[in-house]
Amino acid sequence: MLTTVYAILFYVATITLVGGIALRIKQYWSIPAPLKIPTTPAPTTKRGVWFRMFKEVALFESLFKSNKWIWVFGMLFHAGLALVLLRHFRYFTDTTALIWAWVHWIQPFGLYAGFAMLAGLVGLFIRRIVVPRVRYISSPSDYLMLIMLFFIGFSGMMMKFVAHTDIVAVKLFFRGLMYFDWHPLPADIPLLVHLTLVATLMIIFPFSKLLHAPGVFFSPTRNMVDNPREKRHIVAWAADLEKK
Amino acid sequence: MSEQTTSAPTVEDYLDPLALPELQADASKELHTFEASPAHQEKLGFPGELVDDWHDVAINKMGDLLTKYRGFRVFLDSCVKCGACTDKCHYFMGTGDPKNMPVARQDLLRSVYRRYFTTAGKYVPKLVGARDLTEDVLGEWYNYFHQCSQCRRCSVYCPYGIDTAEISMAAREILDTVGKGQKYCNEIIGKVYDVGNNLGFPTPALKATLESFEEDLEEETGLEIKLPIDVKGADILLVTPSADFVAEPHIDGLLGYAKVFHATGASWTLSSVASEAGNFGMFIGSYENMRKISLRIRQAALELGVKRIVFGECGHAWRVAYSFLNTLAGPFDFLDPRYTSPMHICEYTWDLIEKGELKFDKSRNDKYRLTFHDSCNVARATRMGDKPGGQFEIPRNILKATCNHFYDMAEDTIKEGTVCCGGGGGLLTDDLMDLRVKGASPRMTALQNVQKEHGVTHMAAICAICKSQFAKVMPKYGFEMDNILSVHQLVSNAILLEGAKDPEDDDDDDDWIPPTPPPRPPRGSAA
Ligand code: HEM
Ligand code: HEM
Ligand code: SF4
Ligand code: SF4
Ligand code: SF4
Repeated sequence: MLTTVYAILFYVATITLVGGIALRIKQYWSIPAPLKIPTTPAPTTKRGVWFRMFKEVALFESLFKSNKWIWVFGMLFHAGLALVLLRHFRYFTDTTALIWAWVHWIQPFGLYAGFAMLAGLVGLFIRRIVVPRVRYISSPSDYLMLIMLFFIGFSGMMMKFVAHTDIVAVKLFFRGLMYFDWHPLPADIPLLVHLTLVATLMIIFPFSKLLHAPGVFFSPTRNMVDNPREKRHIVAWAADLEKK
Repeated sequence: MSEQTTSAPTVEDYLDPLALPELQADASKELHTFEASPAHQEKLGFPGELVDDWHDVAINKMGDLLTKYRGFRVFLDSCVKCGACTDKCHYFMGTGDPKNMPVARQDLLRSVYRRYFTTAGKYVPKLVGARDLTEDVLGEWYNYFHQCSQCRRCSVYCPYGIDTAEISMAAREILDTVGKGQKYCNEIIGKVYDVGNNLGFPTPALKATLESFEEDLEEETGLEIKLPIDVKGADILLVTPSADFVAEPHIDGLLGYAKVFHATGASWTLSSVASEAGNFGMFIGSYENMRKISLRIRQAALELGVKRIVFGECGHAWRVAYSFLNTLAGPFDFLDPRYTSPMHICEYTWDLIEKGELKFDKSRNDKYRLTFHDSCNVARATRMGDKPGGQFEIPRNILKATCNHFYDMAEDTIKEGTVCCGGGGGLLTDDLMDLRVKGASPRMTALQNVQKEHGVTHMAAICAICKSQFAKVMPKYGFEMDNILSVHQLVSNAILLEGAKDPEDDDDDDDWIPPTPPPRPPRGSAA
C-alpha cells in the first residue's frame, strides 16, 4: 500500500516537474524579445554573453554587487543544494559503472553541504522576518517555500545522523520505479516526511517562483549581445508592421 | 555658490548618498500626475477616456504583451522576492514609500498577472499574493508607474536582471489602452506628430533661432560658424533634442557641436523633419508610437541624402538611437558603411580629439571644478565606442581633455550604479515636482560630498532631461540653477578655432581665483 502510494506520487511528481519545466522553457523560447535591452555594459559577443551568464548562475555576480548578506546566505543554500543533489545521484544510478564514479568522490562533500544548505535557509528566513523592506514584499508562499526546503533538508539530516534508514532499500525502490520493477519502500517516518516534501516541491516547481532557475537563462537583460548597431535585430511581429 | 566651506569639513558633513529612509507606507500614494485629455489620447490611437469594459481590455492587453515581450513574462515569473533591489531606487530613497521599492512596484502588476495568468494565483490567490484588478488597483498603477523614471538601476542589482523599467513601460501601455494615459508624455508625442519636436517649436521659428545663434557665434569668435538646416547632400545629419534650441545649458552644448563640426570643416545639417532626438514612445512602452517617431529620422536621412547620422546629447534619445533605431527604422544600408551610425556626438568629438584634430585651451575652463553625472539611459542601456563601458570613459575623456579640474563622485553613485536625476522617464513635469525633488536627493548628496571634498562647483551631463531637471532642482539643494553644464559647452569654451579672436573675458571672471580645495578628510563610516 505505502509503496504503491509513493510510487504513484513520484510518477506524478516527476511528470509534473519535467513536463512543467519543458512547457515553460518552450513558452519562454517561443515568446519573441523585440528590442535589444541588455543591461550595459554588456558583452559584445555571444561568447561574452556565455561568460556573463556563467558568472550569474555560478557566482551570483549581480547579487554580489548588490547585497553581501543575501549573497552569502543564497550561496550557502544553493551551493549546498547543488552538492546535496549531486550526492543523491547514488539513489538513482548504478554507482559501480565507471561514468558514475564521481558520485562516490562527491559523497563526503555532499554531507557537509547539508549543513551549508540549512544554514543558508535559516539565514534567508531570518532576513525575511527582520528586515522590514524584505518583510514588506513577502507573501505567505515565500515563507512556506523556505520552511519546506528546510524540512526537506532537516529530515534528510535526521536520517543521516539520528534515525538511519535503509538506504539500500531506498535505492532499490527508486531504481525499481525507473525500471518498472517495484520494490518495497522502508516505512520510516523521517524518510516518508522527506519524500512527501520532495514530491511536493517537484509538483509546485513549475508553478512557482522556482521558475527563476530556468528563467535566469531567458532574461533578456542578461542574455542579449550588445551589438544593435552592427546587426539588425528584428522579430516576426515587428517585421509585420513594416509590411503595412 | 550659496555656501562655501572655509574650514575643513568634518566627517559629519559627509552624508551617505544612498542612505535609506524608514518605511513610510503610502507616503507618495496621492501623487497623481495629470491625465491626458481625450484629444491627446486619440492622437496616439488610444481611447479618449476610461473605456466601460476597462477590466477586460486591460487583462487582454496584458495577455497580448505576455506573448509579445519575452522579458515581460520572464520577469513576472522569475522574481524570488530576495529583496536585493529593495534599496536601489532613488524614489524609494527619497520618499520612503515602500511601493517605490522596485520589487514592490513590480508586484503592483505581478499580483494581477498571477491572479489571471497563473495556476497558483487562480486557485490560491492569498497564498501567492495575487489580487483582482479593480479600479483602485488601476489607480495605484497609474500613480506608482508614474513614479518610476525607467532608469534601470534596479536591473543592474537583480540576480536575474529583472528590469522594472520594462514592467512600468508595459503598465503604461495598458493604462493608455484603457484610456488612462498621462498628459505630459502623450501631449508631447502629439506635438512631435504635429510640429516635429517635443517642444512644439515650429520650423520658421527654429530657422530664425539658428540664425541668431550664428550671429552670436560670429560675435564671439569672429568666424562664420554655421548651424545649417535641411541642407540636401550634407554628409552628416545631426539629430538633437529640441531643448538644445531653447533651454540653458542645452544651447551652449549645441554651439559646442557646431564648433566641433566647424573645426574640421565637416559638412552637416539639422533637419526640420527630425528636429527632435527624444522619443517619448519609449516612456509609454508603445512600440508603434516609438517606431512612428523613429521613422521621421529615417525619412529625414533619406530625403537629405546624408552619409551618416549623429545624435546630440540626450539620454533616452541615445537609448532609442543606439539600441532600437536599427530595429525600428532600419536597415540603414543607404548610409556610408565606413562610419558607425547612429553615432553619439561624444563619440564623434572624442574620435577627433584622439586623432589630434581638435586643439583646446583648457585654462578657459579653469573657472569650473567639474564632476560628471552619468545619465542612466546612456550608462545602463547603451554603449559608446567599441568597448563595453565606453559610455563612461568617452564623456569623461572629453571633459579631461577640455578642463583642468575634474573629480568623480562616489563610485557607487556613478557609471553603471549611477543614480537618476529624478526627472527621467516622462516625469519631467511640474505636477510631479515634489517627487522630482525627492528623487534627486541621492545625486544631490553625492554632489554635495564632492563639493566639500574637492571644491567641485559644477556638474556636466549629456542628457537634455537631466539638464532641465537639475536646473530646476539644484536650487533646492543649495546650488544655483546654472551649476549644471552641457559636456559640449566645455568643449565650446576651450576649443581653439583657426582665425578666431580671443574670447573676451567675462567681466565678473576677471579677478577670479580658483579656490584651493579643502583638505581631503576620511570618508564617513556611513559611506
Ligand atoms: C540555475 C539554477 C539556479 C540559480 C542560478 C538560482 C539563483 C538564485 C538566486 C540568485 C537567488 C536569490 C538569492 C537567494 O535568496 O539565494 C535564488 C533564490 C532562491 N532559490 Fe534559486 N537558483 C537556482 C536553482 C534553484 C533551485 C533548483 C531551487 C529549489 C529547489 C532554488 C530555490 C530558491 C529559493 C527557495 C530561493 C528564495 C530564497 C529566499 O526566499 O530568500 N533555486 N536563487
Ligand atoms: C526522490 C528524491 C530524494 C530521495 C529518494 C532522497 C533520499 C534521501 C535519503 C535516503 C537520505 C538519507 C541519506 C543517508 O542516510 O545517508 C537523504 C538525505 C538528504 N536529503 Fe534527500 N532525497 C531526495 C531528494 C532530496 C531533495 C530534492 C533535497 C533538497 C532539496 C534533499 C535533501 C537532503 C539532505 C540535505 C539530506 C542530508 C544530507 C545527505 O545525506 O546528503 N533530498 N535523502
Ligand atoms: S532583486 Fe530581482 S529577484 Fe530579488 S526581489 Fe528584486 S526583482 Fe525580485
Ligand atoms: S527603473 Fe529606476 S525608477 Fe524604476 S524602479 Fe527601478 S530604480 Fe526605481
Ligand atoms: S533624465 Fe537623465 S538621469 Fe534621469 S532617467 Fe533620463 S538619462 Fe537618466
